[in-house]
Amino acid sequence: MNAPVIELAGIRKTYNEGTAVAAEVLHGINITVRAGEFACLIGPSGSGKSTLLNLIGLLERPTAGSYLLKGRAIEEADDDERTRARLETLGFVFQFHHLLPAFSALENVMLPGLMRDGSFTREQRANAKQMLAAVGLADAMDKPPRELSGGMQQRVAIARALALAPDLVLADEPTGNLDTHTADDVFALMRRFNETKGTAFLLVTHDPRLAARCDRVIELRDGTVVGDAANARAG
Amino acid sequence: MGFEWKVALRFLREGGMQTLMIVTGTTIGIAVIVFITGFLGDLQRDLIKRTLGVQAHIVIRPVEEVARPLRDTPAATSLPQVQSRAQRLRSVDQWQAMLPVLAATPGIRAVSPIAAGPGIITRGDANKTVTIMGIVPVAYIDVTRFDEKIVAGDLRLDPGDVIIGTDLAKDLGVGIGDKVRLSTPTAPAEAYQVRGIYDLGIRNFNRAYAYVGLAPAQAMHALPGGASSLEISVDDLFGAEKLAARLRFTVPHEVESWMSSNPQLLAGLNNQTVMTTLIRFFLGLVVAIGVSSVLVVAVVQKTKEIGILRAMGASRARIMRVFLLQGAMIGASGAVLGSAAGYGLTFVMSNFIRSSDGARLFSARIDTELYLYTLLAAVVLGLVAAVMPAQRAAHLDPAQAIRI
Repeated sequence: MNAPVIELAGIRKTYNEGTAVAAEVLHGINITVRAGEFACLIGPSGSGKSTLLNLIGLLERPTAGSYLLKGRAIEEADDDERTRARLETLGFVFQFHHLLPAFSALENVMLPGLMRDGSFTREQRANAKQMLAAVGLADAMDKPPRELSGGMQQRVAIARALALAPDLVLADEPTGNLDTHTADDVFALMRRFNETKGTAFLLVTHDPRLAARCDRVIELRDGTVVGDAANARAG
Repeated sequence: MGFEWKVALRFLREGGMQTLMIVTGTTIGIAVIVFITGFLGDLQRDLIKRTLGVQAHIVIRPVEEVARPLRDTPAATSLPQVQSRAQRLRSVDQWQAMLPVLAATPGIRAVSPIAAGPGIITRGDANKTVTIMGIVPVAYIDVTRFDEKIVAGDLRLDPGDVIIGTDLAKDLGVGIGDKVRLSTPTAPAEAYQVRGIYDLGIRNFNRAYAYVGLAPAQAMHALPGGASSLEISVDDLFGAEKLAARLRFTVPHEVESWMSSNPQLLAGLNNQTVMTTLIRFFLGLVVAIGVSSVLVVAVVQKTKEIGILRAMGASRARIMRVFLLQGAMIGASGAVLGSAAGYGLTFVMSNFIRSSDGARLFSARIDTELYLYTLLAAVVLGLVAAVMPAQRAAHLDPAQAIRI
């Protein structure tokens, strides 16, 4: 078995803690995702999927429980340390692409490298070009995001998430607003990166068709994990 | 900082009209500040020059004589009345030894000895009282730029030469080459030839002085080898009083600056300075508030992008710097464009604002020091204006920001 990338134990999250409208949305989550896994998180709206993804993505802090990121306790670390962990260990793909409109497709993919190294370097450029070519956008590199279709933008976002070879990519409904055909393309792309680079993926999806094609399906309902099973490896 | 520069520049460029308008506003504000600053400096220098006429910036004279009643013990008997002594015309003690010392003092531009005293200028039946000034022309022009005031003849004072003002020449009906007679209480009348005519721009001044060489004046005023005062010009006009205060420690004489001898002029100038400082301060404040409000709006507009950058791994400090840099860049570009526009404004206005004699009150000139200070101040202003928006941006909750 591969080494765990994330280990969640007894994770709870309460919003508006200490007030009359306090609401616990996660009631003790235990999840481990190992290097190279391709898992998805399913569940109805309001089940706490997005909150859980934000907690794993270090965008929010749990109210209770322990979170080990690559074996290191991260829930008490300060903001700078968590930010660095996001940059070096995690990649994000959001539903609405979320590219920076002021930068070209290529520059968007180069941004994580720019953050890490402090300047644009030749290696970053070469790496970003390679990533964009891998997602099939070799011809659209210098275009601004607004000139790209939804599917193309999401492919740029995937290339950006993978630019610094993270251990885990968190994808929040990455195909949520794409048509079926494009959604299949984008999904296949993530699958390919998972297989060729060994990057672990954790994606939130509503689409049972896509969930069926993941290695592992974690089902969340009302803030509790109600199912966590491996799929027969889809061909 | 590469990341911060890149993102800040792109954000500004993306701002489009918004960026253009705030840079324009900043430019206008700074242009007016630059114009007022340059204009005020020139205006005050001109006003001082005209009001002081040939008064030097600092004058060293002998200490006034006081009556010293002789008593055996102090306060043994009180004297109800001590009559002040009449002040004789005396020479500054050791003035020749002081000249090189003063000339080498930092802040002093030039020193010139003067032998001045009361006299009468006569032509035919016309008598006019004048101050007879004995000068060494080469030294005197360094102190007062007297050479620029000569309107006829030339500034040469051989023995027997005199230079008088335009109005006095008219009163006496004399021109270049005509003879006049000069007399003082201590010397009989002697004939002098009018060598030059000056114009100080003020009638009373043009009637007040008759210039002769130092040696003839010493003879006329019974000051053999003496100088009644040493006239000094300084580099920093408004530092004259400070310099005078320093000189008082080293020079055993009366030291007076133009600032202490012209309190009404100084008060007027100070009020002017206070007014313009107020105007400049409020202009700066308005510019800063403008920059601040535009950046606050930009933070709101870019909430989602800030969230993405934070999620991707940009620290709070980096987001903070992205917005601080935007403020600094708006300030810097406003300073560069504003300095250029301020220069243009000065150039145009110098054609319209003229003094009574039609001369330009000020000239448009490249004031590198002013521009550098403006640039520095504008960058600081931009940074300060950006602090509040930058803090807002840095403390956005990334999870919430992305959801927007």
